[in-house]
Amino acid sequence: MPDEQEVLEDNTTRAVIAPGYTFGTVTDQIASVVLTKHQPMFWVACFGVAFSLLLLFLWAIVLLMAKGVGIWGIRTPVMWAFAITNFVWWIGIGHAGTLISAILLLLNQQWRNSINRFAEAMTLFAVACAGMFPLLHLGRPWLFYWLFPYFPTTIGVQPNFRSPLVWDVFAVSTYGTVSLLFWYVGLMPDLGTLRDRAKNRIGKMIYGVMSMGWRGSAKHWSIFETASLLLAGLATPLVLSVHTVVSFDFTIAILPGWHSTFFPPYFVAGAIYSGFAMVLVLAIPLRKVYHLEGLITRRHLDNSAKLMLATGEIVAYAYIMETFLAWYSGDVYEQAAFWHRMTGPYAITYWVLITCNIILPQALWSKRVRNNTPVLFIWSLIVLVGMWLERYIIIVSSLAQDFLPSSWSLFQATRWDWATFLGTIGLFTFLFFLFIRLLPMISIFEVRTLLPQAKVEEEVRG
Amino acid sequence: MTKGVFGVMAEFDSPSALVNAARAVRSEGYRKFDAYSPFPIEELHEAMHLHKNKLPLIVLCGGITGGLTGYLLQYFVTVIYFPINVAGRPLHSWPSYIPITFELTILFAAISAVLGFLGLCGLPMPYHPVFNAPRFALASREQFFLCIESSDPMFDFEKTKGFLESLEPKEVCQVAH
Repeated sequence: MPDEQEVLEDNTTRAVIAPGYTFGTVTDQIASVVLTKHQPMFWVACFGVAFSLLLLFLWAIVLLMAKGVGIWGIRTPVMWAFAITNFVWWIGIGHAGTLISAILLLLNQQWRNSINRFAEAMTLFAVACAGMFPLLHLGRPWLFYWLFPYFPTTIGVQPNFRSPLVWDVFAVSTYGTVSLLFWYVGLMPDLGTLRDRAKNRIGKMIYGVMSMGWRGSAKHWSIFETASLLLAGLATPLVLSVHTVVSFDFTIAILPGWHSTFFPPYFVAGAIYSGFAMVLVLAIPLRKVYHLEGLITRRHLDNSAKLMLATGEIVAYAYIMETFLAWYSGDVYEQAAFWHRMTGPYAITYWVLITCNIILPQALWSKRVRNNTPVLFIWSLIVLVGMWLERYIIIVSSLAQDFLPSSWSLFQATRWDWATFLGTIGLFTFLFFLFIRLLPMISIFEVRTLLPQAKVEEEVRG
Repeated sequence: MTKGVFGVMAEFDSPSALVNAARAVRSEGYRKFDAYSPFPIEELHEAMHLHKNKLPLIVLCGGITGGLTGYLLQYFVTVIYFPINVAGRPLHSWPSYIPITFELTILFAAISAVLGFLGLCGLPMPYHPVFNAPRFALASREQFFLCIESSDPMFDFEKTKGFLESLEPKEVCQVAH
């Protein structure tokens, strides 16, 4: 029996996926993107651009290894600048993927089923890009294992467990590992589908090994469901903790503009805000190019836009409170820090940030804007820019002008700062398009459960 | 007769048919059977009495191990192995141990969830007799299968085959080892 809610909702725009699909056509449509020799020009072009940027990234890394972090614009007192801005930005983008895959699973939001796979992939690749920056910023990245405790130590010291920077190492590496495990477990049934459908022997072998011999047994499915729920339950507090720990990197320092108690929720909201913007930036072109409008429907875009708007409002509230608290605290340094942000050398950046993050996204209240995909795409890019600027402002403007005017100094980005940043965008896009080519970008088995045929009609027997 | 035979497999067109068949097979008294479907079916788990498994317990143990590892690691390093006196503050500064304790709890629990899942399912298992069934590749696409295994005490090739045929399947076939 359809529930009342479903009947009341207009089926043409509110349906999770378009009507008319069968188990077979869903499988064919998603698997055909992978199991083919032909790729649309869109894929070739994006992959080409991504690969060029990846080469730029490798070039920047080689130069960094040879000459040191001085090739970036980091000078005392602004020692974090682009590296940590990019780190926080990338890791934030990953958060929407975990929100979709874990939190919305626990909340039984079925519309997530057709976007969770690529959103999780996005998380994974965003964490990979994020991880690059602290590593490269170390100066001697090949000694990264000094970040972890090991016995007997060869350096005569141990990590300082009272420092949020060490917490960050554990938080980000746990986040990366758990995201990978969750994603892989969810992929296994679909890898089994690809194994059974692959035409050539090598494809069959590779997908066969990767699927670990998944055969769709009911005994396995029931354990699989338990495992998914448990992993979702573990990933939910994890995703909240990761950006909380990232915000500790700032709040535990006493620097004006950093030292505040509401950074953790503010950072988590900002993370999800930028993450949904990235989900939309990826979903809008993909559904068009691969003709997936029936699976990633307007409803998905609309819901993502609404979540983006909601988290954006939390971020807006945080900006207002941050400024209010600076004034209300009566702390002259805190007040000066915010005055410098608004009127000082970084004022233009600050006001662009406010425009991108608070003023323009208000347009999303309008249904017409949310339903217009090109506009939504551009708006998501604006939010991504805004969230990058937010981290830049928090980091650079606070470090550049702290307590002592005699130690003030402004930050100038060098071309290698930009090369490394654009390079990670290349790395992200490269990995993402490789994923689209080699793995099903939509979870096939979860979409099958959305079909009306998947409902078991109860039949009274004896 | 049952030598070289893994079981008898019936193919169904819809999840409802599979659930009803699984109920009938179970009430007939068969216990060594399994159903194969392209997606998880809640009602099927109920029909096959599959609602309890040991995974939550495994994950709990993993989580506790992780939490203890995280806490004791930090205690060991900051109090015993490498104590540093910073302005007379206590060496055992437990509030600052919490984030890493939490992260390692999650990490160990998640790893044990995945390993426990694979272990309880007996995966990876690249070869399994059911793959010998001619149309079984459709189990990962759109068809639903039920296989009564020859290791079941009630298994008798002809009788079991006849019983499965009475459930109105699309097709019944023999599964070789």
